[in-house]
Amino acid sequence: MKKLFEKIEYIDLFLWLIRAAIIIIVIWGTVATILDNPYSTRQWTDFVIFGVAQGSMYALIAIGYTLVYGVLFMINFAHGEFFMSGIMTSTVFIAGPMAATGFLNRHPIISLLIIALFSMLVSVGVAILTERIAYKPLRKAPRLVPLITAIGASLFWQNFYRGMLGSNVKPFPQFDILAGSIPLLGTQVLKTHIAVVLVTIIMLIGLNFFIMRTKTGKSIRAVSEDKDVAALMGIDVDRAITITFATGAAMAGIAGVLFALVFRQVHFFMGFTPGIKAFTAAVLGGIGSVPGAAIGGLFLGLFESIGPSLFLQSLGIPAFNQLKDVIAFIMLVLVLIFRPQGILGEPLAEKKA
Amino acid sequence: MTENNIILASKTVSKNFGGLVAVSEFDFEVPEHSIVSIIGPNGAGKTTFFNCVTGFYAIDQGDILFYGESITSKSPDQIAQLHIARTYQNIRLFSNMTAIENILLGMEPDLHSHWYGAILNTPGTRAEEEHAVEEARRLLKYMGLVGSGDLLARNLPYGDQRRLEIARALANQPRILLLDEPTAGMNPQESTETMRLIQRIRDDLGITILLIEHDMRVVMGISERVTVLDYGAKIAEGTTEEIQRNPQVIEAYLGRGAATGLETTSADS
Amino acid sequence: MITKQSIQLRTPLRFGIIAGVVSVCASAIGLVVLFSERELIAGVITMGQILIFAPTAALAYIAARDHAEGQRGIALLYGSLTGVISGIPSALLILLASAVNLRQFMPNVSPALIEILSFGLPPVAGSLAFLAAMTAVGLIAASFSLLPSNIKRPIFNGLLWTFTIGLFSENISSRVRFFFGSEFNKLIFTGKALDPFVAALIFFLAAGLTVWQGRRQTTHTEPEGVSTSRKSRLRWMTYAGVVVTLLILPLLLGSYLSEVLNNVGLFILMGLGLNIVVGFAGLLDLGYVAFYAIGAYSMAVMTSQGPLGFGLSFWAALPFCVLMAAFAGLMLGIPVLRMRGDYLAIVTLAFGEIIRILVLSDLLKPVLGGAQGILKIPKPEIFGLVLKQPEQFYFVILAGVLIAWFVSWRLSKARLGRQWLAMQEDEDVAEAMGIRLVTTKLLAFSFGAAFSGLAGALLASKLTSIFPHSFKLEISINVLVLIIIGGLGSLPGVVIGALILVGLPELLREFAEYRLLMYGLLMIVMMLAKPEGFWPSQIMKRELHIDEESEMLSAEAGD
Repeated sequence: MKKLFEKIEYIDLFLWLIRAAIIIIVIWGTVATILDNPYSTRQWTDFVIFGVAQGSMYALIAIGYTLVYGVLFMINFAHGEFFMSGIMTSTVFIAGPMAATGFLNRHPIISLLIIALFSMLVSVGVAILTERIAYKPLRKAPRLVPLITAIGASLFWQNFYRGMLGSNVKPFPQFDILAGSIPLLGTQVLKTHIAVVLVTIIMLIGLNFFIMRTKTGKSIRAVSEDKDVAALMGIDVDRAITITFATGAAMAGIAGVLFALVFRQVHFFMGFTPGIKAFTAAVLGGIGSVPGAAIGGLFLGLFESIGPSLFLQSLGIPAFNQLKDVIAFIMLVLVLIFRPQGILGEPLAEKKA
Repeated sequence: MTENNIILASKTVSKNFGGLVAVSEFDFEVPEHSIVSIIGPNGAGKTTFFNCVTGFYAIDQGDILFYGESITSKSPDQIAQLHIARTYQNIRLFSNMTAIENILLGMEPDLHSHWYGAILNTPGTRAEEEHAVEEARRLLKYMGLVGSGDLLARNLPYGDQRRLEIARALANQPRILLLDEPTAGMNPQESTETMRLIQRIRDDLGITILLIEHDMRVVMGISERVTVLDYGAKIAEGTTEEIQRNPQVIEAYLGRGAATGLETTSADS
Repeated sequence: MITKQSIQLRTPLRFGIIAGVVSVCASAIGLVVLFSERELIAGVITMGQILIFAPTAALAYIAARDHAEGQRGIALLYGSLTGVISGIPSALLILLASAVNLRQFMPNVSPALIEILSFGLPPVAGSLAFLAAMTAVGLIAASFSLLPSNIKRPIFNGLLWTFTIGLFSENISSRVRFFFGSEFNKLIFTGKALDPFVAALIFFLAAGLTVWQGRRQTTHTEPEGVSTSRKSRLRWMTYAGVVVTLLILPLLLGSYLSEVLNNVGLFILMGLGLNIVVGFAGLLDLGYVAFYAIGAYSMAVMTSQGPLGFGLSFWAALPFCVLMAAFAGLMLGIPVLRMRGDYLAIVTLAFGEIIRILVLSDLLKPVLGGAQGILKIPKPEIFGLVLKQPEQFYFVILAGVLIAWFVSWRLSKARLGRQWLAMQEDEDVAEAMGIRLVTTKLLAFSFGAAFSGLAGALLASKLTSIFPHSFKLEISINVLVLIIIGGLGSLPGVVIGALILVGLPELLREFAEYRLLMYGLLMIVMMLAKPEGFWPSQIMKRELHIDEESEMLSAEAGD
C-alpha cells in the first residue's frame, strides 16, 4: 500500500483530475439528456446510422495510417491529402463531365466503378510519388525529419490542388439510384449511407484477404515484424513499403468517393479534418492493427454523431454541434494519455535502457 | 579493506516481460568498497537487473535496497540523486554534445542553479558553472582524455567514448558505480588498461563497483566476488576461484556451446 | 565527334521529364501568370519566364556537368535534349488548350497563360517556338557548364544580383524616390522594373566585383592570427553597427516596409519561443498558435475599450498576457509529458484546433466575441505618445525580440539549456543523469508559450482588433518552417528564417496565395538537402575550436 502511494506523483494526480472531470461532465450531460429526452428513438437511430456511415469512412482512411505506422513507425501526415487528391481529381475530370453528358445516370454502376477506380489510381499515384520523393531518401534520418517532410508534403498537395483545380467547393453529381431512402430499423435510412457501409465492409474483407492470404500481403506483414530479417529472407523491403503506402492510399481513394457520395461536394482542404479524425480512429483502435482501425473508426463515428447531443446538449451549451470536433480531439488526447495502445493494441514495450 | 556494510542488496527480485522471465527471485548483495561482478551467458538477465536497479524498469516482485533503504519505486532521476551511477552496454553518450558537456550532465545531482539565475547571470550561477567546468576538466584529465573536452562525443575514438562514459558516471560522485561491459569491443591491451582503471577508481576514490563483464580475464582479474546468472536465476556465487571450479557454471557456459568466456580464459592463462 | 563515349540517353530523358513536369505544373497552378506581372528587367524578362526556364536550365546544367564525363559534344547534346524534352509537356498544353476548353477543369489554364507560353503566336507555331526556346535554354545552360569556373562565377553572381535587385525593384524604387527624388528614380527604374541599361550596369558591376575579389584573395591573404585585442574591437564595432542599424531602420524603410518588418518581428518572437520547444528540447509542437491566440485574446480582453474589454492600459496588461500564455503552456504541457515524437505532434495539433474552435464557438462568445472578434484594442502609449505608426510600434516589437533573444541566449548557455539538449538526444539517459524530465519539459513549454503569448499580445495591440481566423494552424506551421529553414536550435537562424519566410512573401505580394505551397516544398527540399538549416546552431562551429582547448589543457598538464 505504501509503495503504491509513493508512486503517485503530482502529474498523475493532475491527469486523474482531468479524467475525473471529463467523466463527471460526460455522465452529468448524459443523465441530464436522458431525463430531458429531447429526441425520439427514431432520431437516436438516425444518429447511430449516420455515425456508422461516418465511422466507415474514418475506418477506411485509418487503414492507411495504421499500415504505414506498422511498417515505418511513422505518422504519415500527408495521408489526408491522399484521400483528397483521388476524389478531387475524379470529380473534376470524370464525374463532372459524365454528369454533364448524362452518361452518369444512364450507366450509374459503370460510372461509379470508373470514378472509384480513377480515384484509387490517383490516390495511389500521389502516395507513391510522395513516398519516393519525401520519405524514402530519409528512412535512416532521425524521426523528426520524415515527420517534417510529411507535413511539408501535406501542405504541398493541398495547395497544389488548390492552384490546379481552384479553391472553390466543387459539387459532386447526384446519382439517381442512390437518391432517397428506404425503410429500415424503424426509420428511413438514406441509400447512400447503406452504400457506404456495404462498400466499407467489402473493402475491409478484401483488404484482410490481401494482407493475410496473398504473397505480397505476407511480405508486408513480414516487413512490419522486422525489416532486417525480412530482407534476409529475400523480401524486397522497399517494394513492400511502397505497396503498403499504395494499399493505404487505395483505401483512402475509396473513402474519398464515399465521402463525396454522402456530402456531395469536394474541396482542396477536405483531407485535413477527416485525416486527423482517422488518425484518432487509428490510435483509438490501436495503431498498427488493421481490425483496430476498423473498430476505432466505427467507434469515433458513433461517438461524434451521438456525443454532442448526448453529452453537451443538456448542459446548456449554446450551439453544441460546433464542438463536435472538440469532442473528437479531446478523445484523441485522452486516449493517448490513458491508453496509448488503443482498444486492440498490445501494451507498448517498456522503454529500453 | 572491505567493510561489511552492504551498499546494495537485491531481495528476491523478479522481472517478467510478458511471458518471459528475465530475472527471477534474484538475491544478491554488494559490500561497500568492493568490486563485484555479475556474469552469465547472453540473455541471462544481467542488463535487465541493472535497469531494475537504476529505475528504468519497474520490478514485478521483491525489493532493491540501497544502504538498507528501499529504492524500488524510485525513478531514474531520483536514483541518480542518491549517487548511483551507471554506464551502458552500447555506449549511450549525448553524441552531439561535447565531452565536457557530457560530464557536466553527469554532475546534475550536485548542480542547483535555476533558470532565473541563468537569465540574470547571478554570481552564484556563474560560480557554480565555473566550478563545475573546472571539475569536469579534472575528471577528463583523470581519465586520460586531455584535449578532448570540446570535441563532440561522437567524434571521439571508440575507446575514448567508453572512458568518457565512465567519466560521466564518475561526475555523479557515485557511491556505487554500475559498469555494463566496459571492455566490450576492446582489444586485450585496452581491456587491461580499463581493468587497471576500474581498480584505480575503487582504490583512489573508494567507489564500490558492480560490473557486468564477458571478458573472463577482466572478471577474474579484479573481482572480489562473482555472481553467475543463467535464465534470470542465480546459479552460483563466490570468489573467483570458487566460480572457476563450479561445475554448474561450466555447464551453463559450455553446455550451450556459448562457451567463449571460459575457453578464452583458459587459453589466456 | 561523339563516337568515343557511349551516350546515356536516359539521363537527359529523366531530367527533361522532371523539368518539364515542374514547369508545366507551375503553369497549371497559376504561378506563371501571376509571376509574369512582375517584370524583372523592363521589356526583357519577367519573373514568370524565369519560373518556366529555371528548372530546365538547372537540370540541363547538371546533366551536362555531371553526366557527360567531360565530353563537350555530349554535354551540349545532353543539355539541348533535356531542353527539348522539358518543353514537350508545356507545348502539349498549348495545343490541348487550343482544342479543348481546359479552363472549366483547371481555372488557371487561362488564355493569358497560353499567350505567355506561346509568345503570342498561334497554337502550332507557338508550341514549336516554346520547344525551341526550351532547347535554347538547355543548350545555353550546358555551354555555361563548360566554361572555366573563373568565368562562371562572375557571370553567375552578376545574374544573381541583377535578378535580385530586379525582383525587389518595386520596394527599392519607392525608397530611391523618397531619398533621391523621382527624377533620379526614373533613371534607374522603368515603371516598376529595372531599366535594361541599369540592369546591364548592375550585372557588370557585380561580375567585376567578383573577379576583383577573386584576384584579391589569391594575391593578398590575411595574416594568420589577428591579435585578440583587434578581434574584440572588431566584434564590438560589429555590435555597435547592428544596434545603430536596428535603431534607425524604420527611418530608412518608411511606413510600409516598417510594417513588413513588424510582422517579421512577431514571427521572430514566436520562432524564438518555438525554437526553445523544438530546437532545444526536441518536443515537436504543432499547436503553438494556441499560445499566440491566448496572448492576443488576453491583451484584447484586458485592454479593449469595447463592450468586451476591461479597458486596462497596454503596459499593465502585457505582463499578464505573458504569464497567461506561460501558464497555458504549463497546463497543456502536463498531459503530453509522457508522449514522444509523432504522438506529441498530433496531440499538440489537436490542442491548437481545440483552442481555435473554442474561441470561435458560441460557448465563449460572451467573453471572446466569437467570429466577430474583439475590437477597439488600444495601442501602447509612452509618456503620453501613442505609438500609432508602424515606425513607432517597431520599437515595441524590437524590445520584445531583444528580450526573448537575450533570454534564449542565456538559457542556451546555462544548465537548463544543457538539460534540454540532453533530453532531446536521449530522454532515458538524461533522466538517468538525474535530470527531472517533468520540470525540464514544462519549463520548455512555458518559455515557448510565454514568447508566443508576448507576440500575440503585441499583435492584438498592433492590429487593434482580433478575430479567430487569425489563429489558424497555418501560423503554427509557418513558425515551425521558419525555424527549420534557419536551423533548429540556432538563434540567428530564427531571424534568417523569419526574413525569408515572412519578409519575402510580404514584399512579393502576389506570392501570398502560393505561400503554403512554397512552404511545403521548402520543408521537403530542406530536409532532403540541408537538414541543418541555413544558419546551423553552434555544434558545427564548436568543432572549429578544438585547438584552443587542447592547447590550454596540455599547458595545464605540463605544470
